[in-house]
Amino acid sequence: MTGTSAPILTLDKVSKTFGNGPNAVRAARAISFSLHAGRALAVVGESGSGKTTCARIAMREYEPSEGRLLYKGKPVDNAGAKEIADYRRSVQMIFQDPFASLNPAHTIAYHLKRPLMLHRPELKGAAITEEIKALLKQVKLDPDIVASRYPHELSGGQRQRVNIARALAAKPEVIVADEPTSMLDVSVRLGVLNLLSEMKREMNLGLLYITHDIATARYVAEDIAVMYAGQIVEWGNTGKVIDNPAHPYTKLLLSAVPDPDIRFDDPNAQVSATEADETRRRSAATQETIREVEPDHFVRAA
Amino acid sequence: MKKSSFPLIRNRKAMVGALIVAFILAVAIAAPLLTSYDPSARVGRPHQAPSWDHWLGTTRIGQDVFARLLYGARTSLAVGFGAGLLITAVGTALGIIAGYRGGKVDEVISFFTNMVLVVPNLPLLLVLAAFIGQASPWVIALILGCTSWAWGARVTRAETLSVKQKDYVKSAEMMGEPRWRIMSFEIFPNLISIVGINFIGSVIFAIITQATLEFLGLGDPKVVSWGTMLYGAQKASALSVGAWWDILTPCFALAFLGIGLSLLNFAVDEIANPRLRTGNRLGRWQALIRSGEGRL
Amino acid sequence: MTAPLLSVKNLTIDYIGETDDFRAVDNVSFDVAPGEVFGLAGESGCGKSTIAFAISRLHKPPALIRKESAILLDGRNVLDLDQHGLADFRWREVAMVFQSAMNSLNPVLRIEQQFYDVLKTHKGMSRAAARDRTAEMLKLVDISPDRMRDYPHQFSGGMRQRIVIAICLALDPRLIVMDEPTTALDVVVQREILQRINELRRKLGFAVLFITHDLGLMVQFCDRIGIMLGGKLVEQGTADAIYRTPEHDYTKKLWASFPSLHGGVLR
Repeated sequence: MTGTSAPILTLDKVSKTFGNGPNAVRAARAISFSLHAGRALAVVGESGSGKTTCARIAMREYEPSEGRLLYKGKPVDNAGAKEIADYRRSVQMIFQDPFASLNPAHTIAYHLKRPLMLHRPELKGAAITEEIKALLKQVKLDPDIVASRYPHELSGGQRQRVNIARALAAKPEVIVADEPTSMLDVSVRLGVLNLLSEMKREMNLGLLYITHDIATARYVAEDIAVMYAGQIVEWGNTGKVIDNPAHPYTKLLLSAVPDPDIRFDDPNAQVSATEADETRRRSAATQETIREVEPDHFVRAA
Repeated sequence: MKKSSFPLIRNRKAMVGALIVAFILAVAIAAPLLTSYDPSARVGRPHQAPSWDHWLGTTRIGQDVFARLLYGARTSLAVGFGAGLLITAVGTALGIIAGYRGGKVDEVISFFTNMVLVVPNLPLLLVLAAFIGQASPWVIALILGCTSWAWGARVTRAETLSVKQKDYVKSAEMMGEPRWRIMSFEIFPNLISIVGINFIGSVIFAIITQATLEFLGLGDPKVVSWGTMLYGAQKASALSVGAWWDILTPCFALAFLGIGLSLLNFAVDEIANPRLRTGNRLGRWQALIRSGEGRL
Repeated sequence: MTAPLLSVKNLTIDYIGETDDFRAVDNVSFDVAPGEVFGLAGESGCGKSTIAFAISRLHKPPALIRKESAILLDGRNVLDLDQHGLADFRWREVAMVFQSAMNSLNPVLRIEQQFYDVLKTHKGMSRAAARDRTAEMLKLVDISPDRMRDYPHQFSGGMRQRIVIAICLALDPRLIVMDEPTTALDVVVQREILQRINELRRKLGFAVLFITHDLGLMVQFCDRIGIMLGGKLVEQGTADAIYRTPEHDYTKKLWASFPSLHGGVLR
């Protein structure tokens, strides 16, 4: 992954296995990627690919079974309390479900006040109220209307904007967005994605964008990593990977994306079920060799 | 939850229940204004029937039943709400801690809860009250508080387990909120309805159980409460000598209060779970079907 | 121009509340020709699922279908059918695949039993005949007939969806209503299933009412498309016309909401 600045967050050969013995699930295998300031990395995969596991590891909800999580170059696992607190401020998450990620018992102002109280000790009294207003304006919501509302009084899109405001309140350096628009209505999705991109640019954030929709990956992220069965099978510059896919799974995924120019009846556009199964079988096997397809575009040799 | 105050007013059951309880509360507080008699003093002939002097007649030893009813309300309500509060506080706290913390903490609390749950409530109370002798209402309230919290703890723990999984709790954890804040401010506000039901149920339980203990003679007969009224009337064989006012007064009073509290309980339950709502809200729909305006 | 298989005329559906009503479907009319795939596109709350339920007469109070509405299948008004007529009509004329169809399989019954329930009730088939038909239908959706005696939880989500579709096809219905059948599935599985349905409809001749919010997918799969907004059908036309020459502002807005793989938005 090209990044002119030093990476903020790195997963270094991270694996995560759940359970023991023959029924153990290898959710992530030898995952390596970095997040840089002002750049977005899209991790694309279907359900069960391990993409959410990567997000949870980045948020320190899970500990890696193997490999290391590095924050600004230093391993996180033997960090002291002060460094953990700094991590908590610096890496913020936006959840998928706009309905479940806000507490129905509290106002929007309360939701924004907490991160300010926890991570911005320099703000006191009236400054906190001012900052809440500023945050809501930043996400294009009217503070006079929204701040005193309860979550059930807002639409899905508005709630997701509040989530973004909450993440920004702590002045983070990295935002992990786990399928932030998949539960929103189609016509509001791009608005939220545009907002994320704008915040990334304005505040020079590293953005980890988890999604199953590869088309939005191109819209949002400069870099992409395609995952299948716990492995990153292809990665690099988003445009290069999508325009010139090298791994059979990436090709399969791209061929299945709805393209209104190609009708189902068109014989050239058929996705063969037997070939798809074969691709999935081959892609699930652990592949160690890495090949460079072109500058900034890598693939695991299938 | 701000939004629940409106449904509480609009719901008819809640209104009736609240009115009943408020009425009894008001009457209890205003007791000195409503009667000039001392409830414990002998002010009339034994077992006088209701008359203008004594609205509800007198007891075997000549005390005014109406005065005893009003002052007795104070004791019964105080013990009821006091014990109810204690039961709910203990049960809720233990339930949330066990549910949220999990692991060893949960195991220890759950084990303890199950032990308390398994012991039959009333026999235990009888033994304790008999052991203590003539237990004053406050002792009874304390005993009730310490032995009856287990069911509430289990229900609260179950609800906590489900709320704990929600994204907003995870978000608070990732944000670095301390555990006590998460339990008090993120989880507890979402449990208000079951805590409410728990509380009202505990109050009903406490009032009835206190009356039961006193009726069985385990309370302090010098105290004026609806339970001791029942005890006194029973000892005086009030019903067999025809002094129906002596025993029926506390009976109806307890029943009336019980109805009020139960109605409130149903209402809180319905607000918490809208699917329980009874009553015909399909009136307009049925009218339109009948007039042929539409169909299913 | 052949007579339409399904003809929805002036369909208006209200949800009757205690003081006021909510108009979920507002005077919607469209036709589906035999063997055609007609798509209903729109976002949540636009009324598309309400229409799907109405066709199968699955609504419960407080839903109310206004008297001027008509849903004609081969000329017969579905809304006039009595209980007996409905029993004939369901599964044999119209079958429905729901959004969470993966969960509409009974978890405690074997697949074979679930087929048998439908075949016995609506066609009075014997066990042996039902078994043959089940094997035939499973093969149609690329599931091995040997798995007939398995339980639903032994299949993946995509396979369960295919089983539901196979049950739908078992009685040779003229119309299949699909309400977001693949929204919860991965995109590759979605493509495989819809491709298969497309082949089957060419072969067996049934029509499909396909409900979804994914416009790009609809243009690939559908012959004609209707766009719904706030209970109204705001635009209707061939898939090609909706794609290349959308007229209504909302249709254009929808197109602008889908990012394209090749950069920018789809339209």
